[in-house]
Amino acid sequence: MATEVLMPALSPTMEEGTLAKWLVKEGDAVKSGQIIAEIETDKATMEFEAVDEGTIGKLLIAEGTAGVKVNTPIAVLVEEGESADATPAPAAQPQGEKQPQPAEGSEGKAVDEPLVSSPGAPVPGKRDRSPDWPEGTQMKTMTVREALREAMAEEMRADKTVFLMGEEVGEYQGAYKISQGLLDEFGAKRVVDTPITEHGFAGMAVGAAFAGLRPIVEFMTFNFAMQAIDQIINSAAKTLYMSGGQMGCPIVFRGPNGAAARVGAQHSQDYAAWYAQIPGLKVVMPYSAADAKGLLKTAIRDPNPVIFLENEILYGRSFEVPVLEDFAIPFGKARIWREGSDLTIVSFGIGMTYALEAADKLAAEGISAEVIDLRTLRPIDYDTVIASVKKTNRCITVEEGWPVGSIGNHIAATIMQQAFDWLDAPVLNLTGKDVPMPYAANLEKHALVTTAEVVEAAKSVCYR
Amino acid sequence: MATRKSPEQSNASREELLHYYREMLLIRRFEEKAGQLYGMGLIGGFCHLYIGQEAVVVGLEAAAKEGDKRITSYRDHGHMLACGMDAKGVMAELTGREGGYSKGKGGSMHMFSKEKHFYGGHGIVGAQVPLGAGLAFADRYLGNDNVTFAYFGDGAANQGQVYEAYNMAKLWSLPVIFVIENNQYAMGTSVKRSTKSPSLWERGAAYGIKGEAVDGMDVLAVKAAGEKAVAACRAGQGPYILEMMTYRYRGHSMSDPAKYRTREEVQRMRDEKDAIEHVRDLLIQGNLATDDDLKAIDKDIKAVVNEAADFAKESPEPALEELWTDIYA
Ligand SMILES: Cc1ncc(C[n+]2csc(CCOP(=O)(O)OP(=O)(O)O)c2C)c(N)n1
Ligand SMILES: [Mg+2]
Repeated sequence: MATEVLMPALSPTMEEGTLAKWLVKEGDAVKSGQIIAEIETDKATMEFEAVDEGTIGKLLIAEGTAGVKVNTPIAVLVEEGESADATPAPAAQPQGEKQPQPAEGSEGKAVDEPLVSSPGAPVPGKRDRSPDWPEGTQMKTMTVREALREAMAEEMRADKTVFLMGEEVGEYQGAYKISQGLLDEFGAKRVVDTPITEHGFAGMAVGAAFAGLRPIVEFMTFNFAMQAIDQIINSAAKTLYMSGGQMGCPIVFRGPNGAAARVGAQHSQDYAAWYAQIPGLKVVMPYSAADAKGLLKTAIRDPNPVIFLENEILYGRSFEVPVLEDFAIPFGKARIWREGSDLTIVSFGIGMTYALEAADKLAAEGISAEVIDLRTLRPIDYDTVIASVKKTNRCITVEEGWPVGSIGNHIAATIMQQAFDWLDAPVLNLTGKDVPMPYAANLEKHALVTTAEVVEAAKSVCYR
Repeated sequence: MATRKSPEQSNASREELLHYYREMLLIRRFEEKAGQLYGMGLIGGFCHLYIGQEAVVVGLEAAAKEGDKRITSYRDHGHMLACGMDAKGVMAELTGREGGYSKGKGGSMHMFSKEKHFYGGHGIVGAQVPLGAGLAFADRYLGNDNVTFAYFGDGAANQGQVYEAYNMAKLWSLPVIFVIENNQYAMGTSVKRSTKSPSLWERGAAYGIKGEAVDGMDVLAVKAAGEKAVAACRAGQGPYILEMMTYRYRGHSMSDPAKYRTREEVQRMRDEKDAIEHVRDLLIQGNLATDDDLKAIDKDIKAVVNEAADFAKESPEPALEELWTDIYA
């Protein structure tokens, strides 16, 4: 049966080319792999090989023809004894030029669905306002540090595949003492001291997760996770998708994030917005000890890679934590720390310190602020934020990270898209200044967001 | 003290030995003062002292010429003093003041001096190693005979980018000396707990790079090894690896509980190997200097360090506008 030879795509972007030269003529026998033509693209002249064997029945496009579209028949190959006019069978398509097809499921979108795509958002309308623990639960006071340690210890007791890996997590008892005592309890097999090799051990942990373990990787600080960010994003976050759902990566990357005190530009960065951008990752940034514990337990149980952003300054702060056999907090559920009616303050992580302080100051001046802690940045609980803004009609956001492409920017955009008609003032974003962190004490204070700035912004959106 | 081995005779001149004595003592006294200012809250954040390792930078600087470059980690005060940076400017950077080398914006870990060819001061473990190879790349490209000293720790020696740099440095014969300051610990992790390699310099062999281990507590041995490495690099036979066997007396930074080694271990190093005492012995026992000569130097150094501390306290904080400068050129 005759076969059509089609104009090939010789690069992923090629749409047409010039048939520069035929190296065969009609009646020639060709073997597969034989070079039959030279084709010029905008980038190079390429040799074109025959795929099938046969005899050139007809050359359909003359040498020197420019603008030949990819997939145009350029010759007919016939089998022995066949006439050159035999009807060609549809040719096998050359590689790399699959026609774009409409994405599956793109039809029939619910009309009331928001136009924006929400990163990992929980299903709209399923706003979870249940309390994090039953009323009357016994509470105990605990630091964030202890809460994190307890969460890891409990999950390690419950699941033998959970292990901790990182620099100084074992014998040194943790650079910030989060893992204190874990080596004693779980041994060196499960509390693994690594060399200073972030890219290497992060990659190994991802591999171990592929193979069925549940690693917790501690970065001494998230600044050093930049050494490993390729493995976090390219390997951990994308493999489930790239493997068509076969191979997931249940792993937690945790450690202190953001500015500590006076440690300068290379050691003071907030990565919240960076990681929140990545589909395939979940991103958690707790403020209180109860959230640190409940969310870390959820993170360890989650079948996906979770970025768990802690804060050195919060490690030593004490909060009430419920005393429960099994206490976990679901992702995508914001916490309303304080109800209010005049404006909404959205924050997370250490930003909550400023948000709550500001709310106190505002209350003293007769302004009632509702303070929402997002707790997880992927997924984000948009519903709680939108519902609050529909009530207060004003919103400001508070975070320590840089202003461009901040979480606050994203919240503001979402509010504009989903609650524009309810807004009485533009949403303001309070962030760290758009500068590397300076070392000098006076400059550092100004580089960070301050409570005074939050108060001022709150008043300005209330036109006070 | 009694356990100190008596030094072997050296051919070094009185002037040379006095120079080493003075330079090493300056670093030690400077660092002691920095530790004190940290305790007083005048220095914040991370502050990594170089006490114990002085012979490494002083010996290598003696092998360098004008135009040679150096780059190191956050444990950088000694390197800056040894290459001739002003003690006042370094100390004022530690206190975060306008008079500091980075106008107070860099701090202990991030200081630079274009004039003295000191390229920092880097806080990310291992990052300075490819940077150092890049400095050497520029010198080779520009066709001069300068050499770069790229200093890093035993812990940093496990970072992958070190080996990427080794490979390219050898591939392109770059004039870079990779100086591993093996002080035996990376924070609380001893070398034995981070690698099964019997020695760190030998890893260069996999890339075809020559190297050697050097007694980094002996400034004369350091200088001799440095001269050899420098000569190879200047002759186009770089790179070269020097693994300096040394020891830090103080904690990793100011907030190190130091439970990973015994007091006795530290004391033994101080008693038996101290680099400054070694030179002192050479001077006194070789009848090249008297106690009084050395006391006079001690006094000078003390004055320099005190002056630096006063300057660092009195220099004003940077102006608030400085927050917004130097972000773009
Ligand atoms: C990429 C990276 N990981 C971790 C750290 C935290 N850290 C700072 S110094 C250090 C130990 C480095 O030891 P070594 O290289 O031996 O140098 P030394 O401190 O002994 O001079 C660690 C783990 C860091 N700054 N950068
Ligand atoms: Mg070391």
